[in-house]
Amino acid sequence: MSLHELRQISVLLENKAGRLAVIAGALQENGVNILAFTIAEAEGFGVVRIIVDDPAKARRSLEAQGLAVTENRMMALRMLDEPGGLYGISRILGEQDINMEYAYAFNRPGKAILILKVTDINTALPRIEASYPEFLEECSGYQHC
Amino acid sequence: MPFFNHAIETLRRSEIEEMQLKLLRAQARRMYERSPFYHARMREVEVMPDDITRLDDVRRLPTTKKTDLRDNYPDKLFVPPLEKIVRYHVSSGTTGQPTVVAYTRNDIEMWSESLARAFASTGMGESDVIQVANGYGLFSGGMGMHYAGEKLGATVLPAGTGNTRRQVQFMMDLPVTCIACTPSYMLQIAEVAQSMGVSLQDDTRLERGILGAEPWSDSMKAKIEDEAGIKAYNCYGASELSGPLFTECEAQDGIHVWGDMALVEIIDPDTGEACADGEKGEMIVTMLQKEAMPLLRYRIGDMSSLSWDPCECGREHPRLMRLTGRVDDMMVIRGINVFPSQVEHLLYEVPEVGKNFQIVVDRVGNLDTMLIKVELEPEAFTDDILKLRHINRQVADGLKAVLNIKVEVQLVGPGTLPKGESEKASRVIDKRVM
Ligand SMILES: [Zn+2]
Repeated sequence: MSLHELRQISVLLENKAGRLAVIAGALQENGVNILAFTIAEAEGFGVVRIIVDDPAKARRSLEAQGLAVTENRMMALRMLDEPGGLYGISRILGEQDINMEYAYAFNRPGKAILILKVTDINTALPRIEASYPEFLEECSGYQHC
Repeated sequence: MPFFNHAIETLRRSEIEEMQLKLLRAQARRMYERSPFYHARMREVEVMPDDITRLDDVRRLPTTKKTDLRDNYPDKLFVPPLEKIVRYHVSSGTTGQPTVVAYTRNDIEMWSESLARAFASTGMGESDVIQVANGYGLFSGGMGMHYAGEKLGATVLPAGTGNTRRQVQFMMDLPVTCIACTPSYMLQIAEVAQSMGVSLQDDTRLERGILGAEPWSDSMKAKIEDEAGIKAYNCYGASELSGPLFTECEAQDGIHVWGDMALVEIIDPDTGEACADGEKGEMIVTMLQKEAMPLLRYRIGDMSSLSWDPCECGREHPRLMRLTGRVDDMMVIRGINVFPSQVEHLLYEVPEVGKNFQIVVDRVGNLDTMLIKVELEPEAFTDDILKLRHINRQVADGLKAVLNIKVEVQLVGPGTLPKGESEKASRVIDKRVM
């Protein structure tokens, strides 16, 4: 794991009231903190994507509830008040033929973090590190693995 | 025109049974001599055509199951000479395999005759105009009604299904006196007519509905008769037997099964013993005059009772009293037969989903809806919503192709549905109030 990435936990969410409560409840009971959270929806079902402080424990406790869980490596970018930064990053990804699949943001004290899913994080991170290091958030304090 | 075929319709019970024995013996002989399938079956149970000497001897003949139709797809049950076949219809089978039904010219004649007699028994005749709002095409319903209407000498409007506003418009513009469709579609038509400000009772000449192809209750019948201002006649048939064949008569008290067309037995599905007159059990049907694809002792899957009591209308042909359900788990959704095994079969073709599923049937307005919950395989779960959607579509499109009706598919987590084999009943949740 690079310093600049986060492990995201995804859970299949059936279109069922109370399903979300099961997820949140399981995490809370096991002392897992949710840092960021988003839901993607399709016909009759959705995927809940979460960033937590302890992904391994989160996965265990969700699986214990019989939920389908999957993990992904996500890039964490700082939303800086600097013109052109995001453009530069998308250009680097474009040159390498790496697609952005989806993104969402969350707040930390004094800053906003963009969580980005790309098709090839192993290629993307070193390139961005070389050209735009100031945009990469240092994630080591967020998650213990 | 009270009778279509006066000579046959007015036969007494003893005459009907005498004729049935003659026809059964001839049919058994023909099957033994010409059908490789029944020849082998009759040898297996060691019954020769000449062993049939009394009507009860029908019980010595082998039965035919739905699985026999599946295993002999597409044409192994056809009886030579095959060049005498003039038409095919296709109905859904219990798995992905459909059933092809073949007809000779005479089969079409007899089918039309049977239903024409039934139409006449409801009081219809040459001056009637029948709007056929059943499906035309591979499904036998539409064409069965159509040919019977013409055979009766009535006028037929082959409207087919759908475009309900236009259906109502036809009823206003043409002197339509009778509609043939499913009971739920009849309610739909009544509702649309109302929304158009049309009173079926006052603004049209509609008097009758020939309704069938799906189960319906007495209360639904009462609702239809009340809302549409018509008499609703229950219709019975099945593609495997030809198509729609029999209806209630004017007395609306049971469906006359013409004795020269079909021999119906009612048995206890558990013991196989014959049920008494009027006692409820599983129906077994032998078509006595079919040529291209006759089925001997076909276990059609419906539960009913048969009454030989003379009917108010004067006919002594036996009557199927209220159809009370199914022996198997077949459902009828928008007039189309659906077996859970068809769903199961399709799921085997999509590796990303498990074999467990749940079917939820409901009725929204007057239309049946079908939702199928399918478990995602644990390995197939991904955060990529597009991939999940693709899986969902694959299942929905596959089911649409197999079942011929639109279904909604919902992906659920692995292991969240009740296990199929142990609790068969929980596989289907039917919320419809019939
Ligand atoms: Zn009668």
